[in-house]
Amino acid sequence: MSREDYEAIIGLEVHAELSTKTKIFCSCETNFGGKPNTHVCPVCMAMPGALPVLNKKVVEYAVKAGLATNCEIAPYSKNDRKNYFYPDLPKSYQISQFDKPLCVGGKIEIETEHGTKQIGITRIHIEEDAGKLNHDDYGRNSLVDLNRAGVPLIEIVSEPDLRSSKEADTYLKKLKSILQYIEVSDCKMEEGSFRADVNVSVHKKGEAFGTRTEMKNMSSFRSITRAIDYGIQRQIDVVENGGKIEQDTLRWDEVEGRTYVMRSKEDAQDYRYFPEPDLGTIEVSDEWKEEIRKSLPEMPEQRKTRYIEEFKLPEYDSNIIVSSKYLSDFFEVATKVCNNPKSVSNWIMTDIIRVQNEEAVEKMPFSPEQLGQLIVLIDKGTISSSIAKKVFEELLKQPRNPEEIIKEKGWIQISDEGEIKEIVKKILEDNPGSITDYKAGKDRALGFLVGQAMKATKGKANPQLLNKLFLEELKK
Amino acid sequence: MDIKKEEILHIAKLASLKIKEEEIEEYRKNLQDILEFANIINSVDTEYLEETNGTSTNINFLREDEVNNFKDTDQLMKNAPEQENNMFKIPKVIN
Ligand SMILES: [Zn+2]
Repeated sequence: MSREDYEAIIGLEVHAELSTKTKIFCSCETNFGGKPNTHVCPVCMAMPGALPVLNKKVVEYAVKAGLATNCEIAPYSKNDRKNYFYPDLPKSYQISQFDKPLCVGGKIEIETEHGTKQIGITRIHIEEDAGKLNHDDYGRNSLVDLNRAGVPLIEIVSEPDLRSSKEADTYLKKLKSILQYIEVSDCKMEEGSFRADVNVSVHKKGEAFGTRTEMKNMSSFRSITRAIDYGIQRQIDVVENGGKIEQDTLRWDEVEGRTYVMRSKEDAQDYRYFPEPDLGTIEVSDEWKEEIRKSLPEMPEQRKTRYIEEFKLPEYDSNIIVSSKYLSDFFEVATKVCNNPKSVSNWIMTDIIRVQNEEAVEKMPFSPEQLGQLIVLIDKGTISSSIAKKVFEELLKQPRNPEEIIKEKGWIQISDEGEIKEIVKKILEDNPGSITDYKAGKDRALGFLVGQAMKATKGKANPQLLNKLFLEELKK
Repeated sequence: MDIKKEEILHIAKLASLKIKEEEIEEYRKNLQDILEFANIINSVDTEYLEETNGTSTNINFLREDEVNNFKDTDQLMKNAPEQENNMFKIPKVIN
């Protein structure tokens, strides 16, 4: 049988760090980095007798995420202890939620090659992050830093609705953009504030679902895609060769591009969940819920519709711009400055996205206001579009007011007819051959002459005016 | 409910404890005692009680999201038997 005879089922458990100022159960700050063990207290270091108190913002942010993903918000929910032994977990249990999560039964829509697809959200619950294990130089010891212990997380569990690595990738990007739009998480994957556990199983089409394997703590889109593709192929190979898939927990090795068994089913964790006796019931009244709903900003879908209807942007461009909150906010601000949405969109779709890809960065060094000002200068005819490209490069190197840049560099467009006429005459004098060519019907000669004039003025001559004056002279 | 030898071994494994063969029976008996003691609670008639959401009767006992860093983190670090770069130094953990 071939690859096409199988279907893969993928489920994702996404962990996103909430961008609250303080930890989930104590008033320690949550800032990333910092000297080890400086953002700690008796609560997050698990001193005997220290008691947790839940951060109100954590509930709000989780409810916000639930509303933005069309979940039902549980009127009553509670915390539970998930027990396991690991040195980055000082209490030897993680405070999480088991049978009564804050949000249940949501869905989000993703665009696939077969059209729009709904991906179900089983649940969203709140929990605390663990600390970080570092290794000493000799590899003999582990070093424990508890600054991250107790940082709030939401875990978002998807229904087994995803069928390929491509769909999983689209879903993750959509989810990330939603969390960024509602400003509950910065989703910095490189800092581990957005990561996923990936479940994969395969079965022959028309048959029951296969046994699933789990890959833990993946934190880049690239490795998730590769690991899923690898996992699907590996399972098909096992089944094709008459083998049986074991319900293992696997570790993805990014360098080798393969997985290793971390834990077999016999060693499966038995978390012995039980209700957290140190914390009370969480009640989200209809009033509170509606208050949180009102605080939701305009979502990507709504922005997209507005871009298409109000600004007449193509659907394709609108989709790309709203897929990133950064680009979309950038677009909004720059458009306010120059009142030329079409031009802002063109700069984003070409130059900004090119820089993002080339430099592998999301954010531009310059502000959206500065791009807006650049567009104003083009629209007023102060600079030509070829000069604008040079100003753009300058903005990347050393961001400052575009007007200052062109003054400093002497890049203001020459639009004085007398001045341009002089240049035209000079170029014609120097290129008598081109005049003959033009008169002999070779239109290309005009382009050459304009090019020479541009070169002579370092691109500063107004191109429309150049064209017009050359034609006038050539007709003489 | 009787606790079996296998359960003792399972619990020991979860807690990353090494126990000797001859200790198993002692642990089994002790845990059996604890379990039986705790099971007394099951004999209470709860028919007439409403189900609760947890063990605490507190509702929305929440704090505002305001930073108040603990001042004496050095004191906390004194719990480290050994440290390096202000981190707890422990035997290497292999997954
Ligand atoms: Zn703390």
